Amino acid sequence: MPIKTVSFEIRRQASPDAPAVWESFELEWRPGMNVISAMMEIAANPRTRDGRETTPITYDSNCLEEICGSCAMRINGRARMACSALIGNLEQPIKLEPLSKFPLIRDLQVDRSVLFQNLMAVKAWVPIDGTYDLGAGPRVFPQQQEANYPLSNCISCCCCMEVCPQFNESTGFVGAATIAQVKLFNNHPTGRVLKEERLRALAGDGGVQECGYAQNCVEICPKGIPLTNAISDVGREVVVQKAKDWLRG
Amino acid sequence: MAAPRIIVVGGGLAGLSAVIKIAEGGGTVDLFSIVPVKRSHSVCAQGGINAAKNLKGEGDTTDQHFDDTIYGGDFLANQTPVKAMCEAAPSIIDLLDRMGVPFNRTPEGLLDFRRFGGTLYHRTAFAGATTGQQLLYALDEQVRRHEADGKVHKYEGWEFLSAIVDSKRTARGIVAMDLRSMALRAFPADAVILATGGIGAIFGKSTNSVVCTGSAQSAVFQQGVCYANGEFIQVHPTSIPGEDKLRLMSESARGEGGRVWVPRKPGDKRNFKQVPEAERFYFLEEWYPKYGNLVPRDVATRAIHKVVYELGLGLDGQAMVYLDLTHIDKATLNRKLEGILEIYEKFVGDDPREVPMKIFPGMHYTMGGIWVDNDQMTNIPGIFAAGECEYQYHGANRLGANSLVSCIHGGFVAGLNSLKYAKSAPAVEGDGGAAAEVARQAEINKELIDNQGNENPFKLWRELGTTMTEHATVIRYNKGLKQADEKILELLDRYNRVNLSDKSQWANTSFAFARQLYNMLELSRTVVLGAILRDESRGAHYKPDVPERNDEKYLKTTKASFTGDVSGPRFEFEAVDTQYLKPRPRRYDAAK
Repeated sequence: MPIKTVSFEIRRQASPDAPAVWESFELEWRPGMNVISAMMEIAANPRTRDGRETTPITYDSNCLEEICGSCAMRINGRARMACSALIGNLEQPIKLEPLSKFPLIRDLQVDRSVLFQNLMAVKAWVPIDGTYDLGAGPRVFPQQQEANYPLSNCISCCCCMEVCPQFNESTGFVGAATIAQVKLFNNHPTGRVLKEERLRALAGDGGVQECGYAQNCVEICPKGIPLTNAISDVGREVVVQKAKDWLRG
Repeated sequence: MAAPRIIVVGGGLAGLSAVIKIAEGGGTVDLFSIVPVKRSHSVCAQGGINAAKNLKGEGDTTDQHFDDTIYGGDFLANQTPVKAMCEAAPSIIDLLDRMGVPFNRTPEGLLDFRRFGGTLYHRTAFAGATTGQQLLYALDEQVRRHEADGKVHKYEGWEFLSAIVDSKRTARGIVAMDLRSMALRAFPADAVILATGGIGAIFGKSTNSVVCTGSAQSAVFQQGVCYANGEFIQVHPTSIPGEDKLRLMSESARGEGGRVWVPRKPGDKRNFKQVPEAERFYFLEEWYPKYGNLVPRDVATRAIHKVVYELGLGLDGQAMVYLDLTHIDKATLNRKLEGILEIYEKFVGDDPREVPMKIFPGMHYTMGGIWVDNDQMTNIPGIFAAGECEYQYHGANRLGANSLVSCIHGGFVAGLNSLKYAKSAPAVEGDGGAAAEVARQAEINKELIDNQGNENPFKLWRELGTTMTEHATVIRYNKGLKQADEKILELLDRYNRVNLSDKSQWANTSFAFARQLYNMLELSRTVVLGAILRDESRGAHYKPDVPERNDEKYLKTTKASFTGDVSGPRFEFEAVDTQYLKPRPRRYDAAK
């Protein structure tokens, strides 16, 4: 029986200034293979399809369970996590490219620190008094918990930003992930104390108004987070906040 | 006096907990992590976090939590720190709740608790089945707040290479490598806290994340920090075997009523639905009627091994058993376990609400680790350790949902004590040895890049993983362990001929990996040789040739010191603190 193989086309770039090149790989197929295990295989035997020696692929990865958010890349043109991309479900040759909206570091690795900066700008935290023992937290009913938990599942993969037509340098849009976190913390009984500051942070250029309702974000999110709901809820509150601020002069 | 400057290496639960305490206590922190801290391995913890809050009217107490933990760890843990952890746990849950962790709730709006292994109480608070993720995010958010206030500076994408230790054997900072430019740099500090997690990568495939190599622990071990109880490795009973890793299937599946079984008839080809109740072998429930499916992990893992390898009852003749949730209503499953059900669906393709999951034990947790005292400080003054990288809290076997609490508690203790230490530490002389340490690391890097040979580091790693998994996990024989050590020595020799296919100086991941690999090889010897030395069975360490626990000889902490000699580390046994609970036989087939 001939060995079943899997073929890949991988976009390589040695550094941010180096030219991008495509390399082809052909690997032996194994059941249960995913994109990550294929790249591990290439690292152990770094040769292209035509037998030329090359280097292992640089990519981000960590948990391999789709919970750390590291291994986002474009697979056959679609932004997604490489760990949960099972080979059996993909058309071949499997095309791997880095996310396109973030500064490239090398090969499939990009710099997504902008999301963490955005989270800082909107104060995505509960401002507790301190970590000393102050007794139980606020009472939260299961209905509230069930509404907040999905928002808290965001793995910061940035796929929603990658596919958003408005997420680019000219708008400076913060993107769906950050807006959903604003909703999460504004919902929290204590987190709410910073609500006005968060809404104001989303009121200007690059804020929630930049959203063009393409809805790509909610469609691509690997965690199924209700991103468009969050954007419309927060958008409404930003408008109200703006009006209040205007009336107050 | 300037604010104490403290370095924290690792941004999981333990590291971030330490950072928060230091920032709150007036110190400034340089936080180092290979990955952005929000992507640390703590996100993988699923089932929950233990604390005897007694919100279910069961009369649970912190004393009972302490007893379960010590008993579950087969009396190997020092009791003073474990007692302190169990007493601190309820207030840690309150704190996390105040930080906004979306814990599951009762109808009255209080925290909900579920059962976990090794206890008869509902003691585990949880946020769906992604508790670790939710806890890590809460701490990450608090750290970001301190970062915004200028108290924390993050070095994400930097790898710790070594501690800077001065001529008086006191730590003065670290040397780290920028994983983009591959540049080396010395970072001075008044104290250093390592919170660098487990060593799963030494076993090739495990439930651990890619960064869990144990490289940092090994680096300081080679610099003179003692390593304790290295032979104690937890193999989780329920994982999903994969090509790239073993994915954890949380103990909470059993906590919510999941049942482990195989058909009684070997090689039974019927669909699970066609196997009537009487022909199903719920072996954990039969063998351990009191704890049933919720026996501790070492016990469940050995039972599965026995069913598969001794009784020949693995599903389809393969190394797999059922973990069955199909009898539980879907709304409950979705509310309490959705995260792990999704993992199974995405990676296996079956819906565990409809079809029993097929699982097998997989390497999961490192009970042993860096030796620390009750203040979380190592034997090198100024170096502290917290979280899974140290050995303190779990003895010979960790109970489920105790890791999150030990990470946070240990991080808090380390953070506070590092501040205290830093305030009274003797002044540094000159650069404290920084330049010399950078030069030493640069030399190691140069040798690796210049190396000519024919070995591929990733292939050597696979061989290490195969050997370690075969000889140093569930069942251990001295003969096999000796073979494993010979294999490690062979790999160390072949390491000298590693030839990197990538010799560039930009985001060179195989270069960073090759450096980690050397450290993995050195550390794996403490696991294997420690296991040979301990000629008894205790907790996760099981030798069929000596199946009983031997307190007279081995109620001792194994303490390894690096020698640099081919004969391996020097080992000594240290007395265990048993001042509160007298060791008694550990049996889960009867009430304890």
